[in-house]
Amino acid sequence: MTTLLLIEQVLNGLQAGIMLFLMAAGLTLIFGVMGLINLAHGSLYMIGAFAAAAVAAATGSFLLALFASLVAAAAAGVVIELAVIRRLYDRDHLDQVLATFALILILSEGTRWLFGSFPLYLDVPTILSGPVILPGGIAYPAYRLVIILVGLAVAAGLFLLIGRTRIGIQIRAGEADREMIAALGVNISALYTMVFALGAALAGLAGALVGAIQSVQVGMGEPVLILAFVVIVIGGIGSIKGALVGALLVGLTDTLGGVLLPLALGGLMDASSATSIGSAVASMLIYVLMAVVLIFRPTGLYGTA
Amino acid sequence: MDFKQLLAATCVAALGAGAQAEGVKVGMITTLSGGGAGLGIDVRDGFLLAVKGNDDIEVVIEDDQRKPDIAVQLADKMIQSEKVDVMTGIIWSNLAMAVVPAATAQGKFYLSPNAGPSALAGKGCHQNYFNVSWQNDAFSEAAGTALSNEAGKVFLMAPNYPAGQDIMAGFKRTYQGEIAAEVYTKLGQTDYAAEIAQMRASDADQIYFFLPGGMGISFMKQYAGSGVDKPVSGPAFSFDQGILGAIGDAAIGAKNTAHWSKDLDVPGNAEFVAAFQEEFGRLPSIYAAQGYDTGLLLASAAAKADVDDADAFRAALKEADFQSVRGKFSFASNHHPLQNIYLREVIKEGDLVTNRIVGTAATDHSDPYGADCNL
Amino acid sequence: MMLPERTLNIILFLALPLVAVIALALDEPFIITLATRAAILALAAVGLNLALGLGGLVSLGHAVFFGLGGYAMGILASHAQSFTPLDLGLFTLDGTKSMPIIWLVAVTVSAFAALLIGLLALRTAGVYFIMITLAFGQMFYYFTISWPAYGGEDGLSIYVRNSFPGLNTLDPIQFFALVFGVLAAVLWLMGRIERSSFGLALGSARQNAVRVETVGLSPFRLRLVAFVISGAVTGLAGALFADLNRFVSPTMFSWQMSGEFIVFIVLGGIGRLYGPVVGACLFVLLEHMLSGVSDFWLIYLGAVLLLVVLFARGGVIGALANGRGVHD
Repeated sequence: MTTLLLIEQVLNGLQAGIMLFLMAAGLTLIFGVMGLINLAHGSLYMIGAFAAAAVAAATGSFLLALFASLVAAAAAGVVIELAVIRRLYDRDHLDQVLATFALILILSEGTRWLFGSFPLYLDVPTILSGPVILPGGIAYPAYRLVIILVGLAVAAGLFLLIGRTRIGIQIRAGEADREMIAALGVNISALYTMVFALGAALAGLAGALVGAIQSVQVGMGEPVLILAFVVIVIGGIGSIKGALVGALLVGLTDTLGGVLLPLALGGLMDASSATSIGSAVASMLIYVLMAVVLIFRPTGLYGTA
Repeated sequence: MDFKQLLAATCVAALGAGAQAEGVKVGMITTLSGGGAGLGIDVRDGFLLAVKGNDDIEVVIEDDQRKPDIAVQLADKMIQSEKVDVMTGIIWSNLAMAVVPAATAQGKFYLSPNAGPSALAGKGCHQNYFNVSWQNDAFSEAAGTALSNEAGKVFLMAPNYPAGQDIMAGFKRTYQGEIAAEVYTKLGQTDYAAEIAQMRASDADQIYFFLPGGMGISFMKQYAGSGVDKPVSGPAFSFDQGILGAIGDAAIGAKNTAHWSKDLDVPGNAEFVAAFQEEFGRLPSIYAAQGYDTGLLLASAAAKADVDDADAFRAALKEADFQSVRGKFSFASNHHPLQNIYLREVIKEGDLVTNRIVGTAATDHSDPYGADCNL
Repeated sequence: MMLPERTLNIILFLALPLVAVIALALDEPFIITLATRAAILALAAVGLNLALGLGGLVSLGHAVFFGLGGYAMGILASHAQSFTPLDLGLFTLDGTKSMPIIWLVAVTVSAFAALLIGLLALRTAGVYFIMITLAFGQMFYYFTISWPAYGGEDGLSIYVRNSFPGLNTLDPIQFFALVFGVLAAVLWLMGRIERSSFGLALGSARQNAVRVETVGLSPFRLRLVAFVISGAVTGLAGALFADLNRFVSPTMFSWQMSGEFIVFIVLGGIGRLYGPVVGACLFVLLEHMLSGVSDFWLIYLGAVLLLVVLFARGGVIGALANGRGVHD
């Protein structure tokens, strides 16, 4: 394998990580602030993608589609929070897992009922559809570069929001001491609804952005949900920085593992068993990574006990 | 010791063979909910269209949720409680492997409207198992033959699971040119940036891939955006009518192999396409065509023989005396299809992305496993 | 009508064989199959309940043990079916179609896996424990899908159900009786464990680990032992499940499977000995009845689950029984 190809694969890994971060950021924010495990986060991702596909089909505008994904997912988030989630804050994790598992069933099949059983069409805007040539002669899809930029912008925005704004102060205070901040006159339930809607909107945006280069279909949220959980657990739950680092680690491990392992094993055995065993091990790799991280750091890289 | 006979005898003794009234009762187990529901719905709709208005055929339909253990449970229900004569409907190879051997051993007929694992075509073949769709390797064997003419090196890619390995094996069996690389991805993978980079870097002249459902949609969209311009082809599963709409223009020009296409000029096909569109408001896919043929086959056998006379009914099925929308269709000795496989190309008709036939990839194709089958 | 929990337990527990016997009388073998399925899933959840209900260890990876039990059966029976010995490197092992031997292997293998996973996973707590157990589940899932030797994603079909001395396991009611007997024995054993000093210590470790430590017990070791027993029971259920279906496949390792076990426990009432039994029966019943209602029946299933979690705390038993749970 040439150095250039290796660099391109590293770039692919980072890019996969950024896509995961978009999803994981909302998840970790919601967990950090409200202490809620939200399995239905993947469904919000799906809602974003479907809303974007529907609006893109109706208007032909990708920007409007992105906007629709934010609005639809945030609105769904608000409804879900008011109807279900807020009853779960003082429950244990078990009830949360179960209730949000039930929400997955309802939201997935509800979406199928609304949009039918066949995948929808959503494509990248024409202006971003081709590759651009990076320094060194790597041809890289323009749209993927845009995803990287959006992801970094979201990361920066979240750091600013949490670190520099009044809402951020309230959020951090809420993480530290729920009763105290309520006693100080902050409307805690409104704050929670807002944080949940923000997390949902991020998931919806991720769904629309990623949906344009993947498949917009019912059930698209679950695989990415599991990956997002892996990410936030590796990073330490509640930490935005942890989510970013965890996402990049997972993206790199998954991408490079799939490419390098079959090659590495190729030296030890014949080609076809090297590809099949290499791919088998590669598909387990991120879970091995997560287990190893947790064994040495039981609360993740940046988590606090 | 004849294992199969012993097995059939014990099962029949244990469960009791229920006597049936007239007509044929069909149990359809297929995927109607969750992510893979589109395929099951197509098979069901095609089948129901074929047996519409036929009073001899009673259909019970159940949703397997694409879970093997649910499929097994439903098969038990069909056999023990509904007392069906014939079973059909399963979409996925792994679910078929869970259900078919037990069902046929209990004396039920099984007509496969999709999926043809090699294990059921060779040593594991059964007199009551009829595959009305294809053996898993068939489309890619035909593709291997067809693409050999264009020569050059080919880059192979499939998910790392048995059907993926079967399909790649089928291609390698008939392809005359050189294999540049062979890559197996994670089942359900959604991002193919790394594989596309490998394709770009490899010296392959063309790409042959098998990625069913959402995986194929993701790959084709990403491939189109990558600027890699090597021609792509694959079995029809990644270019089926149900998903072409979601891939859009990115699929145009891709070659694929199938036993059917909506523009196939054989008697009855145009009528089928029109009737399906009329009834369900969408174009039929190959799955719908397979479901339709399965329904026609069953109706033809039901008209000729009483299902309680298993030997006569089996002989009637074997004759395949119906007008398939694929044209010429018959069963090889292992009860798998003898049929033409066509080379199709993805094109745009107005706003619609669809397939058209550009040639015949294999004539009277049958699978290579029949030699191991003692029927 | 409110009943004391003990009475209610007996009634609910006897409902299962009653259904099976009625089904036998009505010649509805499929209902017996459903009852068997419910009993096996209940057994798996009873296993998990020791770790989850009593020990407070929310494992989202118990499908690992379920799947290992299933594959223990599948691999042994497939070798017996093809008359080829199983080559383990150091020695070879003949396949077998005998349930007692298969059960022994299933329990041993899953207990050993639970020991290894427990040693690593129990270093974490709370959400991290949920997630690390999930990670182990996913490892096994992806490994079995892509590992070609025993069928990969296609799984393994066993053509005839394995045998048990003195019974015809092909007869639905006899197989049900066998499964129900195992379930009853395990429930009895679990009841004993709960009331034993070990069970009491485990329960206290869930409520207040420090208090347990001050009397010189190690919460880690208590939890590890509970996790191993729990995994072993779920593994046994896996072997039975594989025998019910005469089939094993990687879906037995899927995280949805682990999730369903948790659903059974919460549905029935968490921390109650008979909770998983009631939950599993109810789930199988719902699945059976709702799937005919419409193509979108999973919406209704989701709604029922949601309502139970939100409004019926303590699950079905909690709603029907008066008084608090056994170890609330």
